[in-house]
Amino acid sequence: MQALYAQLLVGLINGSFYALLSLGLAVIFGMLNIINFAHGALYMMGAFCAYFLLSLTGLGYWPALIVAPIVVGIFGMILERTMLQWLAGLDHLYGLLLTFGIALIVQGVFQNYFGSSGLPYAIPDELKGGMNLGFMFLPIYRGWVVIFSLVVCIATWYLIERTRLGAYLRAATENPTLVRAFGVNVPRMITLTYGLGVGLAALAGVLSAPINQVRPLMGADLIIVVFAVVVIGGMGSIMGSIITGFALGVIEGLTKYFYPEASNTVVFVLMVLVLLVKPTGLTGRAA
Amino acid sequence: MSALTDDTLPITPRAIRDEMIVFAVMAVLLAVVPWTGIYPFFVMQALCFALLACAFNLLIGYGGLLSFGHAMFLGTAGYVSAHALKVWGLSPELGILAGTAAAAALGVITGFVSIRRQGIYFSMITLALSQLLYFIYLQTPFTHGEDGIQGIPQGHLFGVFDLSKPTVLYYVVLAGFLGGFLLIYRTINSPFGEVLKAIRENEPRAISLGYKTDQYKLMAYILSGTIAGFAGSLKVFVAQNASLTDVHWSMSGEVVLMTLVGGLGTVFGPVVGAFVIIAMQQYLAGYGQWVTVIQGVIFVACVLTFRRGVIGEIAHFLRRSL
Repeated sequence: MQALYAQLLVGLINGSFYALLSLGLAVIFGMLNIINFAHGALYMMGAFCAYFLLSLTGLGYWPALIVAPIVVGIFGMILERTMLQWLAGLDHLYGLLLTFGIALIVQGVFQNYFGSSGLPYAIPDELKGGMNLGFMFLPIYRGWVVIFSLVVCIATWYLIERTRLGAYLRAATENPTLVRAFGVNVPRMITLTYGLGVGLAALAGVLSAPINQVRPLMGADLIIVVFAVVVIGGMGSIMGSIITGFALGVIEGLTKYFYPEASNTVVFVLMVLVLLVKPTGLTGRAA
Repeated sequence: MSALTDDTLPITPRAIRDEMIVFAVMAVLLAVVPWTGIYPFFVMQALCFALLACAFNLLIGYGGLLSFGHAMFLGTAGYVSAHALKVWGLSPELGILAGTAAAAALGVITGFVSIRRQGIYFSMITLALSQLLYFIYLQTPFTHGEDGIQGIPQGHLFGVFDLSKPTVLYYVVLAGFLGGFLLIYRTINSPFGEVLKAIRENEPRAISLGYKTDQYKLMAYILSGTIAGFAGSLKVFVAQNASLTDVHWSMSGEVVLMTLVGGLGTVFGPVVGAFVIIAMQQYLAGYGQWVTVIQGVIFVACVLTFRRGVIGEIAHFLRRSL
């Protein structure tokens, strides 16, 4: 049973990353109509940012949790201002191709300097050790990742669904021209939205640094799984992305326990099944 | 919204004549390669990728479907052909047939799933499906995991042509490429191709005219996958191995890049793009990961400033269809 709970926890942690990343993808897609292929590369940049902060400036985990998303978010906003904004009005697929190119550049540059092996990043002192829950041993850091991700996801949901800023955002998604006519600076809002989505990816990167090591290709395979998560969940609803992300992480964890050979593929198989039964995704509207 | 290929010209006798002239020039140029001293292995490799890119282009350029998983056809056909040749000891023609048939079967299965969604979702689904196959091939014993299938015997095609001789192999690959190219060319200029273009331009209208668009898209997808698989089977004879590289998502990305550089939705663009990208990889092979960076830069530059691609720009300048 110990092993089962351990795999469930690993599943929940992967689910946190799926949720944070697919949430960002959904928010970006809503505003920019772009599927951000560079999301995995930016997630990796978040982890590297934490690594550099520690090794170059001595800033530890807690400052990195705030600084890395901001730095990478600004990098994302520069990308949006200099490149992505020129794609408005073109076929959506160009956004996919452009961000794929950006991902190749970022990952290639990091691979040149850091190879493919992982760099260690220590768990902060406050979160070291573990708790005995009676039925299992819980490493505190892992519990922290799950709870903190959940809080961030809910906060993002609240920001978009329940605040005035979020209302502008949703309105601009539906009809940007009309919202501009009301005096809202929609292009700036688009830039900030991209920054927000990218910042969430970077935050996930910082969270995963102590668990998965810091590697140039850590986001490359992850983003493909997240695409499958997005196809399963549909991008119509924020809460849908969060729930699907966590749920698929747990299912993956269970698969690791009961049938380890399929743990890499289970998300993709589920995607096929969902497409056969409900092609628009579990929460998605018809495209 | 501007479509991916917005200045396609109507098919006229003049357009067909232009394209046949270019085709003849291309065929003659390729036929004299063994006498020019150009490394034939390089050209053969480029021809295999050119056919793969042409198959990919059939989907995106004429059906409006961007597949981000075309490596799965290349890799699957490669593995099946390699296994048939090496383990079952089949003759080359049967090996090619087995690989191509496997790709066709894969096209039927994955096509049935992926054409349920349009646009960006289609791209993500094909990418996810190819990643699914990647993991399957990583684990199944017959592919030999990270090592791949190596030392594949080349044999005699139809019992006559000795494929271990580079010149003979070159002409066999060239014949395969030209055959595949003409098949694609015939398809896009057939009534079937016209319906595909109609679907790309305006699917609801095509539906309202009574076309079962899903069936057309599925047919195009299967045909594209089958030809991509044929290219993968040919590649086995050139490279004499079949490995995980051919199923990896980066390979799918390269195919997209080739077609983008040459010109999406142009007849000859994918061929030009394949030669450009393969040549670039050859010359920059010593620079390690910078090749990836350069590929990324080309992607970005093409999307931002050069969306028509090489052949697309030439065709636009000459106001011809190429």
